[in-house]
Amino acid sequence: MNLIHFINVNKIYQAAETVSFQALKNINLSVQKGEFLAIIGASGSGKSTLINIIGLLDRPTSGSYNLEGQDTTNSNQDTLAKLRNQKIGFVFQNFNLLPRTSTLQNVALPLIYSGFSKKEREQKAQQMIAEVGLSEKLNSHPNQLSGGQQQRVAIARALVTNPEIILADEPTGNLDSKSGGEIVELFQKLNKTGKTIIMITHEDNIAKHAKKIIHIKDGEIVR
Amino acid sequence: MNFFETIKLSFTTILANRLRSFLTILGIVIGVTSVILLISLVSGLKSYITSQIQGLGSNLIFVIPGRIGGARSPGGVQANRLTLQDATNLKNKLSGEAEVSAVVQRNSTLKYANKTDKGASVFGVQANYPKLISIKMLEGRFFSISEDSAGRKIAVIGISVQNTLFPGQSIKGKKIDIAGSKYEVIGLFDKRGSIFGIDQDNSVFIPLSSAQRQFGIDKLNTIYISTMKSEDVKTIQSKTENILKKKLSEDEFTVQTQEQTLSTISQITGVLTIALGGIAAISLIVGGIGIMNIMLVSVTERTREIGLRKALGARNIDIRNQFLIEALTLSCLGGVIGIILGFLLSIIAGNFITTTVPFWSVALSFGFSMIVGVIFGVAPAIRAARLDPIQALRYE
Repeated sequence: MNLIHFINVNKIYQAAETVSFQALKNINLSVQKGEFLAIIGASGSGKSTLINIIGLLDRPTSGSYNLEGQDTTNSNQDTLAKLRNQKIGFVFQNFNLLPRTSTLQNVALPLIYSGFSKKEREQKAQQMIAEVGLSEKLNSHPNQLSGGQQQRVAIARALVTNPEIILADEPTGNLDSKSGGEIVELFQKLNKTGKTIIMITHEDNIAKHAKKIIHIKDGEIVR
Repeated sequence: MNFFETIKLSFTTILANRLRSFLTILGIVIGVTSVILLISLVSGLKSYITSQIQGLGSNLIFVIPGRIGGARSPGGVQANRLTLQDATNLKNKLSGEAEVSAVVQRNSTLKYANKTDKGASVFGVQANYPKLISIKMLEGRFFSISEDSAGRKIAVIGISVQNTLFPGQSIKGKKIDIAGSKYEVIGLFDKRGSIFGIDQDNSVFIPLSSAQRQFGIDKLNTIYISTMKSEDVKTIQSKTENILKKKLSEDEFTVQTQEQTLSTISQITGVLTIALGGIAAISLIVGGIGIMNIMLVSVTERTREIGLRKALGARNIDIRNQFLIEALTLSCLGGVIGIILGFLLSIIAGNFITTTVPFWSVALSFGFSMIVGVIFGVAPAIRAARLDPIQALRYE
């Protein structure tokens, strides 16, 4: 069974009555469990729209999206929030950590919405922080961490609910090549433990670490 | 996230912006403080006047000239037609059932040696006055019936008069000057306190006949009637009215019992409470607008945080509750600080005048600040909950 299955997905942004923009055109896409997929495209190619729809932050204008065999097209907002919480871990280009908040609390954040007690949350978060090698930075605030460290905190946060899928949107875009390399290595390591990873990038030398690469141009998958 | 954790989170956010949070809740603090303080002043005033009136004596009925509480003829005040003859008439008709005592009152300047006491109240009263009004003698005696009818120039003084004219000295052998005539001081009354800022101890009591001659007046200010039995008050009141009606018209006098006087006072303080409390409540609403303003700013500032929380699985209701509870925490914090400040200020004011903080004013102002927090917190919280996560995450 496909983990992610897109059938004829279109996304049209209606700016005004007569002005519209088709960001995605007839996308058919299947992702299996345990894949490491890189999506390459120039800016404006539709790759961010694609990952937002995969991440259930946005809905297709037409077509359907099945996640683990379940159609999500007509799910209500609360159901989507629950799926985002349990099935998907987000990693962003600009890390999106809460300022003035410790590593521990940043990583524990998604567990608040899973209904875990404070003790359980901190226990799970500590475990994940250890896995990304930042145990000694437990109480540091984001402004006390390097870019690479901040992204590792963000990855720990993405992993803490034990989701099937990690969605990374230009995860190395704000990092130097050394830290960027380390982050990709971390993704490879996670992929080996069975996580499905979908990564957007525009750098070929980052994408080559993935098992599979798709190119997107003008809203269409070209190869 | 449970309720208490959300409150804890609100405190973290509030403490992260200490100055801003303080300025935000200042409106609520001032509002609650003034509600508590003003209500404590009015209810202090009420309980003080009540105790003063109850302290006057028991089973009292007052007869005063003019009409209170009824329709007043255009043109206002009627001429006073209440005379000593009415009082004597009442005394004869109610004999055995009640004690009747007539009172005239003027303000005058008192002198002793080189000291003067301006604006003292001079009461012309009858010998039975101490039987009706509960008041203790500290020194000397009150005058007798024969001294009253003889129009002797003798006086019983209040404690403030003693303090002004001859502080610390005995009244023995003292002669004071009242409006140009010498009066011998024969007695000293114990402290009675003040009503509406008027010192009741700055008073002199002289025989009624002496006062009428001294000031050239034949009309009375008050007739006090004290019934022998407390259950007779109503009957004696209507009897008194019937007796007076034979000579006076209905709008020339008022017969009021102690209870009715208390209920009049209660009405006046009730109106005062509503008026002052209402004015103070307006500042609570202004404070609420301040909270709404800062919550809207906070939603804008934290747009990315809201987007992130949604991406991580927060439902709209989670975001709404977070911001609503934050507004509520702000307003309740303001409420608690206001209650403490109001308490302290009313304790300080209590050094000068009687104040009491009734529990209902604390409950009311705290409840009101909570309601203000909810009402003015809802709009920003709904705005936060409705943010589109993608746009919120991209927000710079």
